[in-house]
Amino acid sequence: MVTPKRPRSGPGTGKLRLHVPEPSARPGQQTDFSYLKLSRAGEIPRPPVDCVYEDTIALKNGLIRVLDDAHQAQGPWDPKAGDEALRNGLRLMMLTRAFDARMVIAQRQKKTSFYMQSLGEEAIGVGQALSLEHDDMCFPSYRQQNILLARGYSLAQMMNQIYSNTADPLKGRQLPVLYSSKEYGFFTISGNLGTQYVQAVGWAMASAIKQDSRIASAWIGDGATAEADFYTALVFAQVYRAPVILNVINNQWAISTFQAIAGGTTATFAARGVGMGIASLRVDGNDYLAVLAASRWAAERARNNHGPTLIEWVSYRAGPHSTSDDPSKYRPADDWQRFPLGDPIERLRRHLTLRGAWSDAEHANTQADLEAQIIAAQKEAEKNGTLISGPQRTAADMFDDVFEQMPAHLVAQRQQLGV
Amino acid sequence: MTKMTMIQALRSAMDVMLERDPDVVVFGEDVGYFGGVFRCTDGLQAKYGASRVFDAPITESGIVGAGVGMAAYGLRPVVEVQFADYVYPALDQIMSEAARLRYRSAGDFTAPMVIRMPCGGGIYGGQTHSQSPEALFTHTCGIRTVMPSNPYDAKGLLIAAIENNDPVVFLEPKRLYNGPFDGHHEKPVVPWSKHALGEVPEGHYTVPLESARIARPGQDVTVIAYGTMVFVAETAAAETGVDAEIIDLRSLWPMDLPTVVQSVQKTRRCVIVHEATRTSGFGAELLALVQEHCFYHLEAPIVRVTGWDIPYPHAQEWSYFPGPTRVGEALREVMEA
Repeated sequence: MVTPKRPRSGPGTGKLRLHVPEPSARPGQQTDFSYLKLSRAGEIPRPPVDCVYEDTIALKNGLIRVLDDAHQAQGPWDPKAGDEALRNGLRLMMLTRAFDARMVIAQRQKKTSFYMQSLGEEAIGVGQALSLEHDDMCFPSYRQQNILLARGYSLAQMMNQIYSNTADPLKGRQLPVLYSSKEYGFFTISGNLGTQYVQAVGWAMASAIKQDSRIASAWIGDGATAEADFYTALVFAQVYRAPVILNVINNQWAISTFQAIAGGTTATFAARGVGMGIASLRVDGNDYLAVLAASRWAAERARNNHGPTLIEWVSYRAGPHSTSDDPSKYRPADDWQRFPLGDPIERLRRHLTLRGAWSDAEHANTQADLEAQIIAAQKEAEKNGTLISGPQRTAADMFDDVFEQMPAHLVAQRQQLGV
Repeated sequence: MTKMTMIQALRSAMDVMLERDPDVVVFGEDVGYFGGVFRCTDGLQAKYGASRVFDAPITESGIVGAGVGMAAYGLRPVVEVQFADYVYPALDQIMSEAARLRYRSAGDFTAPMVIRMPCGGGIYGGQTHSQSPEALFTHTCGIRTVMPSNPYDAKGLLIAAIENNDPVVFLEPKRLYNGPFDGHHEKPVVPWSKHALGEVPEGHYTVPLESARIARPGQDVTVIAYGTMVFVAETAAAETGVDAEIIDLRSLWPMDLPTVVQSVQKTRRCVIVHEATRTSGFGAELLALVQEHCFYHLEAPIVRVTGWDIPYPHAQEWSYFPGPTRVGEALREVMEA
């Protein structure tokens, strides 16, 4: 008995097509940045910190900006930060950029195997770190070295990690830039993307369980929001009203993949937050004043039991993804120059100069000063060795810390290696 | 001493630790108000409050991931995955994070947490309520894998696991929750109240990790087993008359190797039994260890009795489950070799 085939009928029975998003420009072309939903500086309202998530729904497609095109502060999100606070922020952003530049050279000189810059994204981590208490725990991805720098972590110690040398605090076990420092509120970085996001929520829940006052700051990139742990974190944060700031750095690129492949062009990443019932902001990540204002808002909200905040920071990954990457193979070479939100350092520099709180001479002096600090730290770190010259951590360090107490099978394996 | 089922013993362990240590928190799906689908957390939320014992969204990676964050803060989370068959979404958090936190941060951050999960078959659980995924965890550096076989060990091992500063995957054979089970599914189930190991102290005690238990002393052959298979092996020994020394491993990895080696060097024969599928199962590691440490003492090839290399079936439950007949055949086989 064969069932006769019935003919298909009705509208829309033509061939289906798979939609695969593409960036508007590839090498040799010009990106059309109109896909970025931009707002004018000062245009977006500032809800009270105890608002409910519905009060931020309208903000999900807007962009909180304070500095206008003439580099003046505008509107309700102006953090009214003092000159010295802004000068400090600028110095830390410059330090981050100079540190990155130096370490890229060190990688090219084979002093280390690998490095990742944060060129163009310096404002976000610096601004947030300076809006938190020193003992609030940050759960960074691999591109928030500026949090460690803003918290005063030793430059030489960072380089010791990058060089995997005898003074490496992580004993040579981790790839360069995957720092860890409990003391500086900087959670151990994992190579597995997105895992830290839900861990940050758990840490924040623990703080609430213990009726502590500390909050957590979670970090993820646009690409990694596609990982399941991103959504898991949002669910937990909303359900338990965890005191956490859920930062999404939308730098438009995940290695070679434009953020549309992560779903970020059709709906903003801020929209995912409000969709999950979390107060969400979309902020100009290259506007240091907006970074300060939004971070302070979210921190105050978390600390006062008003719950989590998701912040999409709109920025641009100006440099290569890593020292193993060549962006000229997948995007226009002049993309950053054409990115509408510019360079965070230049924008703050111009603003401070307008205020009479900065000058070209001070900028040049600061730059020289920071580079001297970095070179001094590098000399100090290189005394402990580099990947090319050694000395390195010994194999005896390799078996420790797998468990609290070394089990018999690891004792035997260490003996087998003769160390 | 009180008569307890394994469920009551596990609940008692959590009760004791929630009482003793304010940093212990318990959460998972249906774990809070309802007290767990197997009743293992019954009454704990009412006693300790919802900030210590609470329900979680249905996301295993979220449950384990949040637990890792809490442990990094300084709590001692005891989280539950409803069935071991559903742990796979959490494997990234277990293998990449919990297991490696201490190592990759050089001791800066640690994950003193316990991940409880009911495991094993013999209950007509079909493909996704019967699995024994222990080999995934024994293969992961930095994780302790533990499986009790009776109420006394269940409580003592769970307290030891909660107090341990390493992450522990705590596998609970749900077939043993209410009574011992030897694979004779045609016979009525005997409750734990009729078994010596159903006598459990009410207060705090521990069964040390990395310590195996000689469940039955013997001279002829060493049987290495854990979970439900301990009782299957005991019955197989009784039915065949083979004087088997049955070792209940309790801690799968890191394990009590000296007890195993000492036994095999005495009996000169070895049978390894587990419910999990054979290829690359934990039995392969046990076999390799016995071969490495006891080669010159062995009188016969080491035999493994395991689940078949197939997904756990439903209707064919007792053809899959390594029962006393199959274990008994293995005992005779090594004795005749």
